[in-house]
Amino acid sequence: MTGEIGFLALCLALALALVQAAAGLIGARSDAELARSVASSSALGFSVFVCLAFGALTWGFVTSDFSILDVAQNSHTLKPLLYKITGVWGNHEGSMLLWMLVLALYTSAMAFGQRGGPRLTSAALGAQGLLAVAFLLYIILKSNPFLRLDPPPFEGAGLNPLLQDPGLAFHPPMLYLGYVGLSATFAYAAAALITGDVDAGWARAARPFMLAAWMALTLGITLGSWWAYYVLGWGGFWFWDPVENASLMPWLAATALLHSALATERTGAFRNWSLLLSLGAFSLSLIGTFLVRSGVLTSVHSFANDPERGKFILAMLFATIGSALCLFAWRAPKLGGGAAFEPVSRESALLLNNVLLTAAVATVFLGTLYPLFLEAATSTRISVGPPYFAVTFAPIFVALLLLLPFGPRLSWRRGDLALAARQLAPGLGVALVAGVVAFAAGAPSSLAAACAFALAGWVIAASVLDMREKLKTGALPVSSLASVFAHAGLGLSLLGIAGTSLWKSEALEIVAPGRSVTIASYTLVFDGVAPFMGPNYTAARATIEVRDRGKFVAMLYPETRSYPAEGQAVTKTAIHTTGFSDLYVALGDDRGGGRYVIRAYVNPLAPFIWFGGAVMALGGLASLVGRLRLRVVRLAPAE
Amino acid sequence: MNPRKRRRLLFVAALLTASVGGTALVLTALKDNVLYFYSPSDVAAKHVAPGVAFHLGGLVARGSVARGPGAEVRFVVTDGRKQVPVDYVGVLPDLFREGQGVVAAGAFGPGGVFTASEVLAKHDERYMPPDVVDALKRAGRWKEGGS
Repeated sequence: MTGEIGFLALCLALALALVQAAAGLIGARSDAELARSVASSSALGFSVFVCLAFGALTWGFVTSDFSILDVAQNSHTLKPLLYKITGVWGNHEGSMLLWMLVLALYTSAMAFGQRGGPRLTSAALGAQGLLAVAFLLYIILKSNPFLRLDPPPFEGAGLNPLLQDPGLAFHPPMLYLGYVGLSATFAYAAAALITGDVDAGWARAARPFMLAAWMALTLGITLGSWWAYYVLGWGGFWFWDPVENASLMPWLAATALLHSALATERTGAFRNWSLLLSLGAFSLSLIGTFLVRSGVLTSVHSFANDPERGKFILAMLFATIGSALCLFAWRAPKLGGGAAFEPVSRESALLLNNVLLTAAVATVFLGTLYPLFLEAATSTRISVGPPYFAVTFAPIFVALLLLLPFGPRLSWRRGDLALAARQLAPGLGVALVAGVVAFAAGAPSSLAAACAFALAGWVIAASVLDMREKLKTGALPVSSLASVFAHAGLGLSLLGIAGTSLWKSEALEIVAPGRSVTIASYTLVFDGVAPFMGPNYTAARATIEVRDRGKFVAMLYPETRSYPAEGQAVTKTAIHTTGFSDLYVALGDDRGGGRYVIRAYVNPLAPFIWFGGAVMALGGLASLVGRLRLRVVRLAPAE
Repeated sequence: MNPRKRRRLLFVAALLTASVGGTALVLTALKDNVLYFYSPSDVAAKHVAPGVAFHLGGLVARGSVARGPGAEVRFVVTDGRKQVPVDYVGVLPDLFREGQGVVAAGAFGPGGVFTASEVLAKHDERYMPPDVVDALKRAGRWKEGGS
């Protein structure tokens, strides 16, 4: 029964989304009071039905209802409850439904909030309704999660074991909160173009959505990278894989948008550019969804290799991006230019930030899509890997980080560069010290490490200086600390990336029980491997005693798991972290006689990569909290 | 020409220069840093020179995996027509099996043996790299729906 209820709910949601789209667009006219209230109430109804459909599918997974094809193909009775639930989005159909659920959440937030006034909200709900219609059509026609299977099998096929992991369980919802959150910004930008009301109103209305989306994307990318780090067994954290790039592009665009929209809101500068960027950021989300979900790229993410689906998503992509750009081309020239500013000003700094971030998006875009174009044109297969990104993306980010500390210190309209430089002098000192220390203390010592640490020190010190000055002024909204956190987080991540990439040590040995492996200051005593039974897997589990300079530190239990239902093996690494450095151990092949291949890494500063990501997201949260007027009382004034 | 127009012209010129420079940079980077994907048959046809990095895709030939005393592994990648021996030092991925699809990144050493710096394996046909599927299709070795 649940399957039919779910499908019916989807159809009703589609009907209501159609009403929402039509009424919303009509409501953009000033005299259409009735249409506006219809749009809002059908938006809420649409959201309720999408929630119902999602609930029905989740219920099918939780109760292992194998008469639903999707459940039979992706679940198993022995799977722990957590992975039965996360299995809902561990497949193509379910993940598209999750996409829809997130869209519904944002839509109802827009309808409740009524930010930017009734006309703007109505037009935004109209645009959002059109998106909902397109995606619901796709789900109902091409990717129905409620298809029945008759007769139902006795047991399900299980979920890809790589996805049975707590880190990955919440990676897709986070990423979708980000991708789809940008749809709200997109809808507001479209609404501004439709109503012709393009002063700061739309940017202010869309700001919380921008922040929420950016924050969720930051966390989603951080989670994904952390997962790759501890699951894939060789300690890498970013691979410039097309699927990763697909999430990085919207993040970069959203970051640029956060900055340019700030100027639009404050002084009216970059009006057209912020609008275009809003449209572009969501378009990149859609391209990301297309790349990942269409099967054009292969990876653990591409569930479906059905060309029909790919074509449908591609058509939606063209329709959405095309109509958005047409709307922009039609309306933007009539909207008039932005406010003027001096060459040295906050606006210029934000402009530079946007130029560099846009260039970064362009390099990632080219590197990701060039192989696809080349293959389509000449059927030559190539892959673009880390070396390309090292020479294109890295220099842009270095420039960005060098200039970053100046931005917050320049005033709007007309800034004082000399004053900013004087204020930043202590930061320069910190940077030099960090560089020299990194060069002297690091092993192996390298100029690259010195530069990276100097750069990270520069950014972090500037953020700390910023924070100190802000705290001195006494009472201030938490939101004013947002940029401090976001920028400091970036610096912390850079520290982690530099430390891990440049100072990693590695040991790869075949050891017999009782023997040990030495890596950096650690001695790993291998006590042998014993079988272990999990709920839905069997494992070979090694027992390893870790000593640091002779002193006992921890016991580690790396495993290789084998999942009989799915017929796959997965490595489970064991990590001992001090907070500043990770000892990372993976169990390799059985070499007979109780001997095993043991692979160990010491990754200095690796935890900083994800810690930095969390701090960046905290910055987003601070700004969001401030925006929603939940002002936190007073921060204690400094002496 | 009034100052506003002049400023706009300057801005456009700067933007053009920047984008031309950027494109040139990206194109050189692409030229030097892309890796081609070859099947064993392509390798035989193209006579890839030693030291040129590329991706080699195909099936791990049955019975070909030989392990050295340390972490060295040698195996043969085949597409059913041609074969390429591969040397690798390290832990093979979990999904690495004889008879299964594999993609190795590396280059030929002087002895005609492909030295891999990275080995990727995809076991399930749902996650089989299309590169390997294509290589197998071209060699007439691909069974639709088979794993």
